[in-house]
Amino acid sequence: MSDVTGTPVATGTPPTGVRRIRMPQKLRNLEFWLLLVACFINAAAIVLVQLGAMRRIDTQLVLLGAGLSALVFGLHIAMRFVARDADPFLLPIATVLNGLGIAMIYRIDIANGEGGWESAAVRQIAWSAIAIIAAIATILVIRNHRVLFRYTYLAGLVAIVLLLLPLVPGLGREVSGARVWIGFGDIATFQPGEIAKIALAVFFAGYLVRNRDSLSMVGTKFLGMKFPRARDLGPLLVVWALSMSVIVFQRDLGTALLYFGLFLVMLYVATSRISWVVLGLTLFVGGALIASQTLDYVGNRFANWLDPLNPERYEQEFGGSYQLVQGLFGLANGGLIGTGWGQGRPDLTPVPQSDYIIASLGEELGLAGVFAILALYLLFVARGFRIGFAGQDDFGKLLGVGLAFVVALQVFIVVGGVTRVIPLTGLTTPFLAAGGSSLVANWIIVALLLRLSDTVRNHPRLVIDG
Amino acid sequence: MNRELKRVSIIALLMFVTLLVSSTIIQYVQASALAADPRNARTLYESYSVERGPILVDGTPIAFSQPSDDDYKFQRVYASGPLYVPITGYIPVNGEATGLERSLNDYLSGQSSSQFFDSLNRLISGQDPMGASVEVAIDPVAQQAAWDALGDYTGAVIVTEPSTGRILAMVTKPTFDPNTLAVHDSAQVQATYDGLLADPMDPLFNRATGGDMNPPGSVFKLVVTAAALESGRYTPESTFPNPPELTLPGTDAVVRNSGGGTCGGGSTVTLADALRLSCNIPFAELGMELGDNAIREQAEKFGFNSEFLIPTATEVSTYPSGLDDPQTALSAFGQGDVRATPLQMALVSAAIANGGIVMNPDLVDQITAPDFSPLESFEPSEYGRAISEQTANTMVQMMVNGVENGAASNARIDGVSVAGKTGTAENGESDPYTLWFTGFAPADNPQYAITVLVEDGGGLGQEGYGNLIAAPIAKQVLEAVLNK
Repeated sequence: MSDVTGTPVATGTPPTGVRRIRMPQKLRNLEFWLLLVACFINAAAIVLVQLGAMRRIDTQLVLLGAGLSALVFGLHIAMRFVARDADPFLLPIATVLNGLGIAMIYRIDIANGEGGWESAAVRQIAWSAIAIIAAIATILVIRNHRVLFRYTYLAGLVAIVLLLLPLVPGLGREVSGARVWIGFGDIATFQPGEIAKIALAVFFAGYLVRNRDSLSMVGTKFLGMKFPRARDLGPLLVVWALSMSVIVFQRDLGTALLYFGLFLVMLYVATSRISWVVLGLTLFVGGALIASQTLDYVGNRFANWLDPLNPERYEQEFGGSYQLVQGLFGLANGGLIGTGWGQGRPDLTPVPQSDYIIASLGEELGLAGVFAILALYLLFVARGFRIGFAGQDDFGKLLGVGLAFVVALQVFIVVGGVTRVIPLTGLTTPFLAAGGSSLVANWIIVALLLRLSDTVRNHPRLVIDG
Repeated sequence: MNRELKRVSIIALLMFVTLLVSSTIIQYVQASALAADPRNARTLYESYSVERGPILVDGTPIAFSQPSDDDYKFQRVYASGPLYVPITGYIPVNGEATGLERSLNDYLSGQSSSQFFDSLNRLISGQDPMGASVEVAIDPVAQQAAWDALGDYTGAVIVTEPSTGRILAMVTKPTFDPNTLAVHDSAQVQATYDGLLADPMDPLFNRATGGDMNPPGSVFKLVVTAAALESGRYTPESTFPNPPELTLPGTDAVVRNSGGGTCGGGSTVTLADALRLSCNIPFAELGMELGDNAIREQAEKFGFNSEFLIPTATEVSTYPSGLDDPQTALSAFGQGDVRATPLQMALVSAAIANGGIVMNPDLVDQITAPDFSPLESFEPSEYGRAISEQTANTMVQMMVNGVENGAASNARIDGVSVAGKTGTAENGESDPYTLWFTGFAPADNPQYAITVLVEDGGGLGQEGYGNLIAAPIAKQVLEAVLNK
């Protein structure tokens, strides 16, 4: 791409003789066509689900999907006005992942005999609409990401409050052992921790940009690494304590790993000091090992991870490996090319539409489908890192990297848990899994990355190629 | 900062590569092992998702699948289940299938290699996959007649076609209803199965081809007679000493003829009379003269010590090796460690009826694809020649005499020449006898070979004998099929 360049364009010089530095229309037009492809894939997935599982086409859900597509194009149009230079790949990738998720949730609904307005798929569509509207609002309201820098500590406070909400008596709800939900009445409706990860990324970026000198300059050398002074350990210990309390009080290993990993990566990028990573990993692994010995639910997760097919683990009534093994059976059933939409039995695995949606997709779309989905995530993350490379202000760079990495890490924790790379923990798969809070959070991340990428291209500090 | 970013990007890339590897390991490398895990319900449901082909008798299904509204999609139904269970077997949702359901599973479930293109074609054309149908050789009249004739006895009846080896009837009792093991509630299947397994009458046995194997008793004298005639040193007129009792050399064991006394009058008895009257002492003498090797060789030519797949696996009938003289003497009238299934004795009779050639027994006539194209057709095949045609002819006459004027008189049918041999085998000092009949009819043009086994002395303990209980059953079945 030679869209942003300081030198004259070699070919196709405009007839007016004016040197065109940027071609934002071209970016948006590319996005438009990619979005059309994404919407076509999503519509095809829903129709294939209906043909595969019901042998007939039901137009109601196709129409609801079309409504979502309209919203996505609404975001696209908004960007033509307020973020003309934004990255053209992020929105189509998020759209196709969101659509594949809806198709699979719908497919599980059919298997469970659920339909109508109360079904999980319709709720997911409603939440997707809310999430995309939130993304449009974000991109319209935040015209310059540096505004967020001003609210660094407010973001930190918001993150803490959001994390504490599920522990408030009367408001918090426990779902399959983890106390990470808030709700009203009997229904758990929202996981505030999902939104907290954005607030944390903003807070970490702002805080690290302000304080990185003291975190990176001074220290003593040991084993070839420069270790920080004891009094500079404060922030690391605070975040570690926060993660450990998530493990202990909210009983959520995945979220703790997500927050702590996010912090470590941003700390490393900000300070260039590998010693922070060594210290942090030591602390976290130490904490996790102690937790695996003292907390039953963590110990079970570790034992299931190491030997899931052991009959004793498999038959254990609570905290056994049944779900993990069912997921493995599902993935194995899919094989290389999958059973096809509606042809497998993903409904045999517990929570096939949320924590285990990747196993459901792996069963019906096969290894080929899993590779395609992982490639989409990888592309999404790479576009985010690109902002980090090209950004002109350190806050923007750090925030871009943080937001992209949090998506990558979340995918790794969930898919790695399902495929036995790491112990299984309950986290949502970004954009795919059923769950409103996760959708809203991830679509806001899309909006923020779009805003950052627009700023990067809009105010080129140096030549960006590629 | 960009140097650190680059490293973080590489780490993120490595994280994704790890996921690609881990999903490949599960979905490709370990996929078949995971599919084979007995806890994998998907594999089980998969095997039921195909409409399993029917098993047909004379075009009428005795096992078929009908749609069901549960996870398994199809319910297997066995029409006249107890009557045909030794042929069909059953396929449970947990545990292993039996009978043809097991041995022809690949065809019935549409997985056999010869159905590959048919399955592919159905996949492309959008038709539901379907298994092949199996037409068995069973003659419904013979099967029903055998069922009725065996009544409430514990035992088995097997009818074969001597010239081809086709199995026309196979009944075993007591039996069970395979439908009770085909229900989709695995706990219920297990409970039913455990109940059948614990039943002292062993209804799960297929006594026609296995179960607790019985000594053949006097029906084994056919094998010894064949060995004698084949040796060229004996004819039906060869004579043996005729004492009322025989003490086996080097032992205290005394052999007596059934009913005591000598074998007919006179100081000597011919081989023909010994077989006709089924006397033990002349055969003990003959056995020791022939030696165990000669008897074993002849037995093996008839199929002993070999496994037959019909195509369902059957138990091997045995004639042991390394016997001393007393043991050989006992084996010569089917005692000692000789064990035989009714199927094996049917092979002996059928070979005699078929000019000496043993035909491989088979239950299946034809396997047909869902599009009615034949996949496999039954072709008669020879196991081998057991005896010469001349020996066979001689033995037919000897067996006809046994029925017309000998120990198998209760198998006589007016107007039809029946060849036969009875057996009454001892199981232990005071255990009930095992009763046998094996033979064929019509003797001049054998259409049906039949073997009847009745265990537990037919309820009469040591009072029952082959001609009293087994021979009339054979007669009843032969009458039914000959009058068809």
